[in-house]
Amino acid sequence: MSQRDQLKKARARKRGKIAIILIGLIAIYVWAISGIEFRGIQETAGPVTKNILKGFISPDWSYVYSPDGEDLIRGLLETLAIAIAGIFLSIILAVPVGLWAAKNLSKSFITSQSGKGVLSFFRTLPDIILALLFIKVVGPGAFAGMLALGIGAMGMLGKLYAEEVEAMDPGPVESIAAVGGNKLQQLAFGVIPQVLPGFISATLYRFEINMRSAATLGLIGAGGVGTALIFAIQGRSWDRVGIILIGIVVVVLIVDLLSSALRKRIT
Amino acid sequence: MMDTKLNGPLPAKPSRWPFYFFLIGLFAIVLISAIYIGANPLTFIQNSDNMVDLFVRMFPPAWSYIATTTPAMLETIRMALLGTTIGMVFSIPIMFLCARNIFRLRWLVELSRIGLNVLRTIPDLLLAAIFAAILGFSPLAGIVALSIFSIGIIAKLSFEAIENIDNGPLESMTAVGANKLQWIAFGVVPQILPHFVSYVLYTFEINIRAAAILGLVGAGGIGVFYDRALGFFAYDQVLALILYTLVVVIIIDLISLKIREKLL
Amino acid sequence: MIELNDVSKVYSNGVKGLEDVNLKINKGEFVSIVGLSGAGKSTLLRSINRLIDISSGDIKIDEKSITSASEKQLRMIRRDIGMIFQSFNLVKRSSVLRNVLSGRVAYNNTLRTLLNLFPQKDVDLALKALERVNILDKAYTRSSELSGGQQQRVSIARTLAQEAKIILADEPTASLDPVTTKQVMDDLKKINTEDDVTVIINLHFVDLAKEYSTRIIGLQAGKVVFDGTPEEATSEVFEEIYGRSLKEDELLGEENL
Repeated sequence: MSQRDQLKKARARKRGKIAIILIGLIAIYVWAISGIEFRGIQETAGPVTKNILKGFISPDWSYVYSPDGEDLIRGLLETLAIAIAGIFLSIILAVPVGLWAAKNLSKSFITSQSGKGVLSFFRTLPDIILALLFIKVVGPGAFAGMLALGIGAMGMLGKLYAEEVEAMDPGPVESIAAVGGNKLQQLAFGVIPQVLPGFISATLYRFEINMRSAATLGLIGAGGVGTALIFAIQGRSWDRVGIILIGIVVVVLIVDLLSSALRKRIT
Repeated sequence: MMDTKLNGPLPAKPSRWPFYFFLIGLFAIVLISAIYIGANPLTFIQNSDNMVDLFVRMFPPAWSYIATTTPAMLETIRMALLGTTIGMVFSIPIMFLCARNIFRLRWLVELSRIGLNVLRTIPDLLLAAIFAAILGFSPLAGIVALSIFSIGIIAKLSFEAIENIDNGPLESMTAVGANKLQWIAFGVVPQILPHFVSYVLYTFEINIRAAAILGLVGAGGIGVFYDRALGFFAYDQVLALILYTLVVVIIIDLISLKIREKLL
Repeated sequence: MIELNDVSKVYSNGVKGLEDVNLKINKGEFVSIVGLSGAGKSTLLRSINRLIDISSGDIKIDEKSITSASEKQLRMIRRDIGMIFQSFNLVKRSSVLRNVLSGRVAYNNTLRTLLNLFPQKDVDLALKALERVNILDKAYTRSSELSGGQQQRVSIARTLAQEAKIILADEPTASLDPVTTKQVMDDLKKINTEDDVTVIINLHFVDLAKEYSTRIIGLQAGKVVFDGTPEEATSEVFEEIYGRSLKEDELLGEENL
């Protein structure tokens, strides 16, 4: 066979492959689009959109602070408090589970693998679903939201902590073992000082996510600024929706900036 | 024991107080937060029988509910797929605008970045709640919300990848006199395409999880059923839903991971 | 006294680390272990404080078997054995003093050490140890800010604070330059003679072994093939241990010492 024939064959094969991928993709999209029920766009969509845009342009500034009762600042503070208390709870839960899941701290493979299993189970549970469940336990409100975030963040934090521990230098731990330190002392003197910056950085990262999550909890009754938002949406007061969204964006942006500045300083 | 008398002077011991103050401050913030939201461990303990009850009633999971909810699960996948796709299309111009090594207009780049960062602060569920109000309680609201949410992720990851590309091919495109579009098509796109596709798949994984809960605010998908099952206190159905979602998420993650491994 | 009776070690991958090693090391000796890399030097050293579990045989430290010791007994035996590593193994983010104090953990109850509440006499001991290796002024410095030689002296100070009766040193000078190598070896020799501490050291440079030790042990494929004084360890002996003549990089060189 000449070289040209070989080249032709190779090209034909490549084209065949691309064709198969394309056909597959087209099939998937046909399936996806044909299956969506388009109940038609509401007639009100146009005016509502106009009102929302108007709400953004002239938001309800009076809602930012009112001396008595519900206002934006209180909602945002509650959101912040949920995120802070939640992250504290998840640190307490994630440190032991993270250490349990780190394969270089346990003798048997099964131990660390079971820890990883627990973590991935909690990681797939959405915060919102957890919040719905906790509302059933402690009643609606910010406490349920905090518990949901505490448990929900544990999966991710524990995984990040475990990875941090797995990446550490085993030497210092060995040297504490060599002077006769027990397991706890090996942790305190060999492991924790090494992994602390990584732990803090991971925690800050998760805190940024917590802020966003906490802002949505109110939609289902678990406290925070989302409560006010869902009432404003249901009451069609779009100028209020506008100011609440602006408030969320500003606070989340500030938290993001502070957190990433801190993370850069630590590592 | 050896004689511990020092011959030389002891170095000055640094004060630990700043550190202690920092710790105390941190704990104060956590405590105030907890009090502010009325986080009372006692409430939790007093209601722990609620929790036990909830767990007990979860078992055995109502497996039959899986059949009932399968159409909604398929709708969830469709929403995630279309949301990711639309988001991907809109990400393309935005990611080029945000990359410092593509456009030399500093104000344009910085403005795009601020816009993208603002967009990224709004959680998916809030977008869904707003679009459900505009478009009515339908999957369409979810698709639009997921599209906007996807832009935040895909454009962010992609513009960072663009800024890390090799400069050589870009210079050679300039050297042969390419216009801006040709320059991007031949110098940039081949370098970032595998990354871009990988980020799209990654976003799809996230969107599947997100789409599963959008129904809670009326934006379509399987989330509606969570609301329904919890409303009826049918915790066995809730568990079935959780497990069903878990399996679907894991399967899609695995497929996506396989494709991503092949790409990079 | 350290006694090794018929000690063998086979790793899980089938590699033989040690084979029928019988040794008796008396108090106050300065023993160098030489041999090719992979000859089992590190395995031998780590068997003595049971950082590695041996496959068969018995190791006794001052008449007490470390091989069959319980967890608690093991920690008590280890408390008296200091160890110095090639890569220093300090916690780089912790202060020098905290690294030295970590040598005292086995003397105190766990809760106290976790809260970093060491008794004043332990702190005094740690500071004195730092003074003896000439880095007292660095006590509150972060360990990562120290040079390699200084870090190794911190780990020597840790064994001093530990009041170790035996020091195991696993290639302590391998990551150091010739000048700091000599300082570290001098420190070890000083502790050996002044405090009557037994020193067992793995060395890459045979001329260092000849200069500092009172006894040299040659290992080859996990077996002891030489055991004698530095005077007896002629170049022919080393050729036998290494299975070939010495290479440049196995000699530190006279001009450097």
